[in-house]
Amino acid sequence: MFFTYLWRELRRRMRQAVFIAVGLALGIGLVITVTAASAGVKNAQSSVLHSLYGVGTDITVTKAPAAGSGGPQSFGFGFRAGTAKRPAAGTKIDVENLRSTGLGTISSSDVSMIAAMKDVAAAAGGLTLLDTKITGTMPAINFNNGGGPGSFGGGGGFQNFRSSFTPTSFTVDGVDIGSGELGPLSNGKLVSGATFTGSDTNAHVAVLDSDYATSQKLKAGDTITVDKTSFKVIGIVSEPAGANPADVYIPLGVAQSLSGLKNDVNTIYVAATSGQEITSVADSITKAVPGASITDQSSLASQVTGSITSAASLADNLGRWLAIAVLAAAFGLASLLTMSAVSRRIREFGTLKALGWRSRRVIGQVMGESIAIGIVGGAVGVGLGFLGAALVDKFTTPLTATVGTDTGSATPGGSRFFGGGGGGAAFGGASPFRGGFQSAARAADTVAVHLSAPVTIAAVAAAVGLAILGGLIAGSFGGWRAARLRPAAALSKVA
Amino acid sequence: MYNLTNVTKDYPRGRQTVHALRGVDLRIADGEWLAIQGPTGHGKSTLLQLLGGLDRPTSGSVDFDGRDLATLRETEVTKVRATSIGFIFQTFNLIPTLSAQENVETALVPLGISGASRKARAAQALESVGLGDRARHLPSELSGGQQQRVAIARALVKEPKVLLADEPTGNLDEDTRDEIIALLEKLWQDNGLTMVVVTHDSSVARRAQRLGTMRNGKLTIRQAV
Repeated sequence: MFFTYLWRELRRRMRQAVFIAVGLALGIGLVITVTAASAGVKNAQSSVLHSLYGVGTDITVTKAPAAGSGGPQSFGFGFRAGTAKRPAAGTKIDVENLRSTGLGTISSSDVSMIAAMKDVAAAAGGLTLLDTKITGTMPAINFNNGGGPGSFGGGGGFQNFRSSFTPTSFTVDGVDIGSGELGPLSNGKLVSGATFTGSDTNAHVAVLDSDYATSQKLKAGDTITVDKTSFKVIGIVSEPAGANPADVYIPLGVAQSLSGLKNDVNTIYVAATSGQEITSVADSITKAVPGASITDQSSLASQVTGSITSAASLADNLGRWLAIAVLAAAFGLASLLTMSAVSRRIREFGTLKALGWRSRRVIGQVMGESIAIGIVGGAVGVGLGFLGAALVDKFTTPLTATVGTDTGSATPGGSRFFGGGGGGAAFGGASPFRGGFQSAARAADTVAVHLSAPVTIAAVAAAVGLAILGGLIAGSFGGWRAARLRPAAALSKVA
Repeated sequence: MYNLTNVTKDYPRGRQTVHALRGVDLRIADGEWLAIQGPTGHGKSTLLQLLGGLDRPTSGSVDFDGRDLATLRETEVTKVRATSIGFIFQTFNLIPTLSAQENVETALVPLGISGASRKARAAQALESVGLGDRARHLPSELSGGQQQRVAIARALVKEPKVLLADEPTGNLDEDTRDEIIALLEKLWQDNGLTMVVVTHDSSVARRAQRLGTMRNGKLTIRQAV
């Protein structure tokens, strides 16, 4: 009788039932679409952050360089008048230098100390370095005569001096081989050859970034030099877009030895035992390592700019509130229409009560009808939600994410900015080659991320729950009205 | 069956109070047929609603088989209505979306009777009012007289002790009215019902054993001629 009565009643006021169901469906469809779009934006953000950050890394620890420590880098010769060390004209110059740039050093013992901290799953040290090489022939320089080539006074001397040398540079990451998945290589996909093994700790072997390998026409099995030391290329890795990877990866111990930074690192990669512990671990590290700059994904996320942030903001603010508003309107409309339907059925319910139907049975009937409408609305809404998500998938232009601007910290594989903390690299004082060096350091990267809007089972379940909730709310208003009817009053309405 | 003592019923209407019943005393014996007449708005329907437990008096007692419907808990009154009292209304009050048979079944729902048994009893009740062949028809597909027969079947399917009818022929033409009254009389006789019928129609009232008249909330009873 319950279902017969329910079905017949819904059929009788089909137009109203459809109207309510469509309202709920629109609200629920919008909720699903917005949730899916929001999840898509989050996934896109996460993908960008992962590419920046490295799989498994929750926190990176760096330090700003000590004041003056990043000052002019000397190669033993320079342009200025009176430079005593300047080689004689015609001298062949071939110098190479591997140094930490833009980051202060942290003692390796801090890595072990952090690894032993509560809620820390693992910690690994890293050394982000820049290899710079100058080759050329020392020109003749006349500081007294103006105008002529190589003369200081005429202004052409500096240009002549500069053009006599060829600067090249590439970035080098020292990788803590014992740390497994943690560190700058964690994001890399091996394209060819092999990656480091435990036996490579002190070996002169290198893994190259695929872009760098392509530009230098290098492949696995070739030999490269880092700080005038030969390294055998054992593998090529590809880093995700936006990752801003190093050009060359070498074992950490070897990098420390070549850069003269034995027992030092300039980046520590930390994995927390769970996502909930990241904040407390970051606090502990801040206390334990004075002057440390802590970067986690949330702080990194704030440095991501581009349409992806606008999309996130749109999904989080406008989308969410729009969905809530439509849903609230649908719930309100459903409640009003249900109450109106109950009002029109006062005689009917009064009769049923006169026949001995309990109030809860009458309420159950009203609520059953509302929930049935809610379920239909929910089912249609889920369909609309999938459709909306598919439309977002199909018609949304790729989102752009600009990452790796001056973060002031060494995001693993992320921005490596040059000459921080007190001055750029220079040859003997001023920085005649700085422009050339800056081009080696990566500027901000803009990556395009496709926005896919995944509809999760949880979102569908939540939508069905909302639909039933909508039915319950509408039904409870109607039921409340029906329950308050005294049969005599209900019957007298039409007597 | 019924023993009403000094029953009053007041309704607020705006800032005023309407005294629908003013100290009604009434005894109704088992198996009796009482007709109540009187002008509109003088308390006939109010009295019927108190007899049916559809409303409570402002004061006084409505004793039904030893239980005071005025003070009984709502769930108990609902149970009394479900088991012992059948109603017939002037406007039939059938559920428009349910068939004749389903309408009759609604009276058995509160009794917790199984679906199959409900169907069988409803079919039998419709048969007894001469509508066995109209069981699947919706109220809108039936004439006024047929709809009132369905309402009578619905009132009687649970085999109540009392049948309360409020203007049962008020919406019917003369021929149909006679049919319905004849049917009610037969059912009253056959089933040993106690029957209270509120009516404006003197030809209906004349068939009752006793006749009450409501005027200004006061009831006077006399034996039918």
